[in-house]
Amino acid sequence: MKNFGFKISASRQLDMDTIQSDLYEKLIQLEPTAKRCLMCGACAATCTAAEINGFNFRYCHLLMKRGILDNLAKELSKCMLCGKCYMVCPREINTRSIILKMKALMTETTPKHYSL
Amino acid sequence: MEKIIYTDIAVIGAGPTGIVAAYNLARLGYKVSLFEKEESLGGNILKTYKLFPNFQSSNELLQLFGEMIVVNNLSLQTGVTVTNIRKDNNHWISTTNKGETIVSKAVLMATGFKPFDAHYKEEYGYGIYNGVITSLEFEKMLKCGEIYGSNGITPEKIAILNCVGSRDAKVGNNYCSRVCCINAVKFGIEIKEILPKAEVYCFYMDLRMTGQFYEELYRKSQQEYGVNYIRGKISEASQTADNRIQLKAEDTLLRLPIKMTVDLLILMIGIEASESTKELSAQTGIMGEYGFAKSHSLLKADNHTIHPGLFIAGTCKRPFTYPETVADARAAVVEIQHYLENKT
Repeated sequence: MKNFGFKISASRQLDMDTIQSDLYEKLIQLEPTAKRCLMCGACAATCTAAEINGFNFRYCHLLMKRGILDNLAKELSKCMLCGKCYMVCPREINTRSIILKMKALMTETTPKHYSL
Repeated sequence: MEKIIYTDIAVIGAGPTGIVAAYNLARLGYKVSLFEKEESLGGNILKTYKLFPNFQSSNELLQLFGEMIVVNNLSLQTGVTVTNIRKDNNHWISTTNKGETIVSKAVLMATGFKPFDAHYKEEYGYGIYNGVITSLEFEKMLKCGEIYGSNGITPEKIAILNCVGSRDAKVGNNYCSRVCCINAVKFGIEIKEILPKAEVYCFYMDLRMTGQFYEELYRKSQQEYGVNYIRGKISEASQTADNRIQLKAEDTLLRLPIKMTVDLLILMIGIEASESTKELSAQTGIMGEYGFAKSHSLLKADNHTIHPGLFIAGTCKRPFTYPETVADARAAVVEIQHYLENKT
């Protein structure tokens, strides 16, 4: 049969029924303040690293919440741990602690993703 | 034989606004006739179980209303609809569907709101699939103390959708209904208290926590109850082979389309002008935007209309929360008193 080069592309749709939520469950047990995030983005706005390497704390948090872990370790490695995000957070979320805990969880469970 | 009632003030509608206004006018010594089209008083409060933000029981309020209407000078008639109001010299003439004529010095319209009919948002499958219900139907479930999903069993996953019939040009309502956001937060907590293991997802366009303690309750629902909030409006709901409800939305903060299967979808239906509000506003020429009654001046005379002696209060004007509507009723009382004493 002639190959015209057409193929079915993978769906971008995220199936919320099958997402990997175990890491996030652990995270909110280790750092319960994560649960009250509003996703306002003040953390990402104040971030010095963001201006240089595009780091986004809000987005990393959401990626783990939705179980999208493929590039998460790499993204997390962009954080300089300066803690400015902690100062601006209107919900007093311990952002620095969340970063450290997300990094640890990524190392523990999915070492292949983690390459710092 | 036609019956004529002479009174100082005719109050139309015995919801919270009408009752509070009638009670306070009667206590000032005026003769008040209060009319309610339904058999029981309380208006839309009758359809609720507990009120935000402090979970006060609606029954408690209804009991209080029952005590308020026995005040001197106040006569209440239920099951009577005021079908027409008009001005005749210095008096207002109201006629009812029971053939009565009420002659009064002033009229207060407290004809309230009606909930949005969710059938108009066909894409959510209301009236088509089991398991898609309105916020008022969910209040009924709470009253019975039993929550069940599309398969008639205890739901494991529940979605709440805000802005159904509000902020939606497709149904002709560009306005915000004001009460649904906080009510959705209240639902999240009520669900988790009855079903601690259920997952609750609240879909929103914006969360408008405008009242005192609303933001605190929202925060509490996340921190203590683990309610999930997803920014994005559900575009459609459909039925799965096992009779559950599948939702499509965008997680706008993640910038990805998502799908989710739930056992129960609660549509937070908005506030629209009631039929009586539309009817009486049209007759008197005071109809404003979206069928609500229009006050003479939003900032200076918000209980007055263009007609001296015709006053409006509560959700016949625009969406209000309970404390707001009661405050508006009390404000109307002062304005009516000034009018009757020729102080205006």
